[in-house]
Amino acid sequence: MPVFSLVEFAKSQVVKVQEYVLLAWRSLLNLFGRPRYFADTIMQADLIGVGSLPIVILTGFFTGAVLALQTSNTLEQFGSLSLTGQLVSFSMVRELGPVLTGLMVAGRNASGMASELGSMKVTEQIDAMRAMGVDPTKKLVTPRVMSCTVMLFFLSIISDLVGLAGGWTIAFFMLGLDSNQYWTTAYQSLRFADVFMGLSKPVVFGFIIASIGCYYGLSAKGGTQGVGRATTQAMVAASVLIVVSDLFITKFLMGVFPT
Amino acid sequence: MATLAPAGTSEPVAPSGDNCVLSFEDVSIAFEEPVLNGVSFKLYHGENKVLLGAAGTGKTLILKLALGLLKPDAGRITVLNDEITSMREQDLYGVRRNLGIVFQESALFDSLNVEENVAYRLIEETGKITDDIHNRVLEVLRFVELEQTWPSFPSELSGGMRRRVAIARAIITQPEVLLYDSPTGGLDPVTSNTIIELVVKQRDVYKTSSLLVTHRLQDAFTMASHYFDREQNKMMPVPAGKALDVHTTFIILRDGHIIFEGTATELLRSRDPYIREYLS
Repeated sequence: MPVFSLVEFAKSQVVKVQEYVLLAWRSLLNLFGRPRYFADTIMQADLIGVGSLPIVILTGFFTGAVLALQTSNTLEQFGSLSLTGQLVSFSMVRELGPVLTGLMVAGRNASGMASELGSMKVTEQIDAMRAMGVDPTKKLVTPRVMSCTVMLFFLSIISDLVGLAGGWTIAFFMLGLDSNQYWTTAYQSLRFADVFMGLSKPVVFGFIIASIGCYYGLSAKGGTQGVGRATTQAMVAASVLIVVSDLFITKFLMGVFPT
Repeated sequence: MATLAPAGTSEPVAPSGDNCVLSFEDVSIAFEEPVLNGVSFKLYHGENKVLLGAAGTGKTLILKLALGLLKPDAGRITVLNDEITSMREQDLYGVRRNLGIVFQESALFDSLNVEENVAYRLIEETGKITDDIHNRVLEVLRFVELEQTWPSFPSELSGGMRRRVAIARAIITQPEVLLYDSPTGGLDPVTSNTIIELVVKQRDVYKTSSLLVTHRLQDAFTMASHYFDREQNKMMPVPAGKALDVHTTFIILRDGHIIFEGTATELLRSRDPYIREYLS
């Protein structure tokens, strides 16, 4: 039985990171070279963007609603129930909208990409593509990365909006707040820095989701079991990276836009 | 093995000048263990080499190395005058366009229909299926006798039909070198014979050089003992005593080395105990 070697394990992890970075870098470089797979990009945008719309709307709406409900007790104790709109918009736009949308799309699409490309890998379709002179990073990875990055940006905006609507539903029907007051405080409390933070995060998250999904798919080996493993790993890795990178982006942008 | 012996003569392919289309020079590769160790051979224009050997001796690996899908640890591989071992992946795509491969499990794109699979390379160049491409697809599908299947998806075809579609995909651009990875593996004898007939047809009609990996000795000897008769449109045995060069030679791999390279006749005359056992 082979003895576990910490050095070998560390080396293999470094190689994996290197392979991922190279794939992610190549997916960006491909934007500047030909051929460009415009039709594939649009098809992926439809699959990722339109396909994820129902879960993003549902998640956003109920997150906004529960946020209003959970914070209402505390706000009421301080006589600040009127700030519900501000709190919901602040939380949704800066943090929850992009992160929850990212996590939802990661669950749906990072795993989907890993299983699709993984199946192609284990059935030699990726090798067949390379053998026919077609670069899989151009044909498969770049369209997914591009469309996921762009679509997550718009999905986050939709999530923010329906989250605010969810908060309003609770504020109006259960807390008895005035609609005008809710929407005015929600709108006026947002500064440029908040919106910028809320819109820059999904761009990074979208890139992470697609590049991680494609990386695990293209690294799949060991038949159907390997595809299953790649699918799970892609979803876990993308979700963890979203949460970790969220902290760093937030810290960085708080430094750029001090309050 | 008497029934497998070639009926006609199968003279060694005489290389004329520097018409080598593929060469391996002292190629070695190892994964956990060494798989290929100092393998050298040359494939000349119009020549067909059959790679034989037990499972795990690196036959498929040789095809993947020839395509540049894997890089050797040592040695040089030259394909159509390009030394591919030192080429970047991006530069290899150009070289691969002159090669065709039939994968062991066909490797057809399951989300594309037969026409899109066969025309994949051509669609990459034009961006869509034009009338010319459609006609070309029908032409190669006719060659493999599957003309009616062009709108079908791979999942709707039998294993043998998928293998024939894979052959059609490989030959649509008339590559200079064809690589077959166990094209008859897992097929029944009748379907295997149909596939070998297509390989022989491609060899004799288009004079394409090829490297064929197989486990089935019968297929290898059929290739060495038959030719494609264009008038009768079928594979025929080379008549006894007739000097007809079928341009087919054999390579046997063992423990990472080539232990035999030569014609069917030379193979049958070999005194090597391992080869005798392998042939029996």
